[in-house]
Amino acid sequence: MMPLSQPLARFRPVALWPLVLSLSLTLTGCLGDQENWHGKDISGLMPELEFTLTGTSGNLVTETDSAGQIRLVYFGFTSCPDVCPATLSSLGSAIKQMPDDLQDDVTTLFVSVDPDRDTPKRIASYVNFFGQGVVGLTGEEATLREFTKRYRTTFGYDQPDTEGNYQVSHSAAVYVFDGDGDARLLLRPGLTSEQISADLTALATESAPT
Amino acid sequence: MSAADYLLPYDFSPLTVLSFAAVLGLYGMALLRMPAADRPGPVRITTFVLGVMLCYAVMQTRFDYYSQYMFFVHRGQHLILHHLGPILIALSNPLPIARYWYGFAGPGSRRLIAPLGWLYRLLQQPAIAAFLFVGLIFFWLWPPIHFDAMLSRQLYWLMNWSMLLDGLLFWWLILDSRSPAVGNALGYGKRILLLALVAIPQMILGAWIVFSRGMVYDVYEVCGRAWPMPPETDQLLGGLLTWIPPAMMSIVGILIILRRAMHEDDGRARRQSRQPITEGSAP
Repeated sequence: MMPLSQPLARFRPVALWPLVLSLSLTLTGCLGDQENWHGKDISGLMPELEFTLTGTSGNLVTETDSAGQIRLVYFGFTSCPDVCPATLSSLGSAIKQMPDDLQDDVTTLFVSVDPDRDTPKRIASYVNFFGQGVVGLTGEEATLREFTKRYRTTFGYDQPDTEGNYQVSHSAAVYVFDGDGDARLLLRPGLTSEQISADLTALATESAPT
Repeated sequence: MSAADYLLPYDFSPLTVLSFAAVLGLYGMALLRMPAADRPGPVRITTFVLGVMLCYAVMQTRFDYYSQYMFFVHRGQHLILHHLGPILIALSNPLPIARYWYGFAGPGSRRLIAPLGWLYRLLQQPAIAAFLFVGLIFFWLWPPIHFDAMLSRQLYWLMNWSMLLDGLLFWWLILDSRSPAVGNALGYGKRILLLALVAIPQMILGAWIVFSRGMVYDVYEVCGRAWPMPPETDQLLGGLLTWIPPAMMSIVGILIILRRAMHEDDGRARRQSRQPITEGSAP
């Protein structure tokens, strides 16, 4: 023990500053984004897409139903005053701006986290308003909790007012999964539909069979 | 939700449960077997168990859920993992327990532990310890890193464990019960200086979060909050928790060190006044 501790006892802390500096530089160097995505690259941070939820006609829907497609997963609720309609219409116009042959490669999955109020029928009329490529989904609260936990997100309910209306807190971002079901991008609020469109086009061309 | 839902882990981590069980188990076994003279008193035992259980509670109960989805609860979690829990554990002085188990290690396993001791002494160099203590807080609160850590389960666990281990190292360096007058524990002056030094960057960081107009940590916006709370309130509370309690703990730490230093001075003065001449002239 002694021979090891002896040199350390005489260790000059000043001699460590170059080490500390280079370490901090390396760490900050890791922060740069290598690819030029507008969204946030989440490759490797999250597990692949996997779910069993209820579709708008009461049928069970899993991730395999849209396998090979780029999946945009968005958690919301139909009574959502502004964020959900704005996000869904922005996704819709982003997809419309993609090259014609790639538009069919994208599926939007709208997952309602308010199953008490959002019946499959109500979700159906809501998603139809935003176009053909949107799939409405929901499930029992426990199922939704498990699904959201897998993607490190959650939702919560406010106290209902006198008329029984209540706010729901939910993720404001869109999770993008590629055709293989791997998590790829997180579209944070604030992106324009042009930026989203560019990201989706890049993703679609990358996964297209060559 | 039932009581079990609050007490059971939100995100079960077998390694964490096993580690905490092992620490408490080894502590308890040593207590039962060690000679009564070395055994810590009930206050020290309670302090130790409280420190360990606090850290366990913020990692493996429903508290962890709120920590993942509310910024201010997350700051509370780190306050316990990096400050309060390790402070209690260090104050309880578990050294006799460690000595007891070290006594069991044969020469072979001591050789195996030796590199750990070497790493320990390196990390406990005052400059490195202070840099690590503040650096880890800044590293995990660096907005892009914080974003990734909250999105990735692996990074999240790495973050919490690194905070806990670093908290234990730092507070043990500061609150080491061995006197610097007789051993090679860090001098009291240096301990006080370190406590003051680490408080300043934490206060600056906390104040910066409190007074930021925009959203610094939008990951809680992106991932949904545990309950609908205005983001500004969440950020303000989180900033205050980063700013004020750590600064208070530095001050409490300084007071504890001052008290110890004064006690030792008193003791030395009394010894010297009892045998004033003989001690100086002894060969």
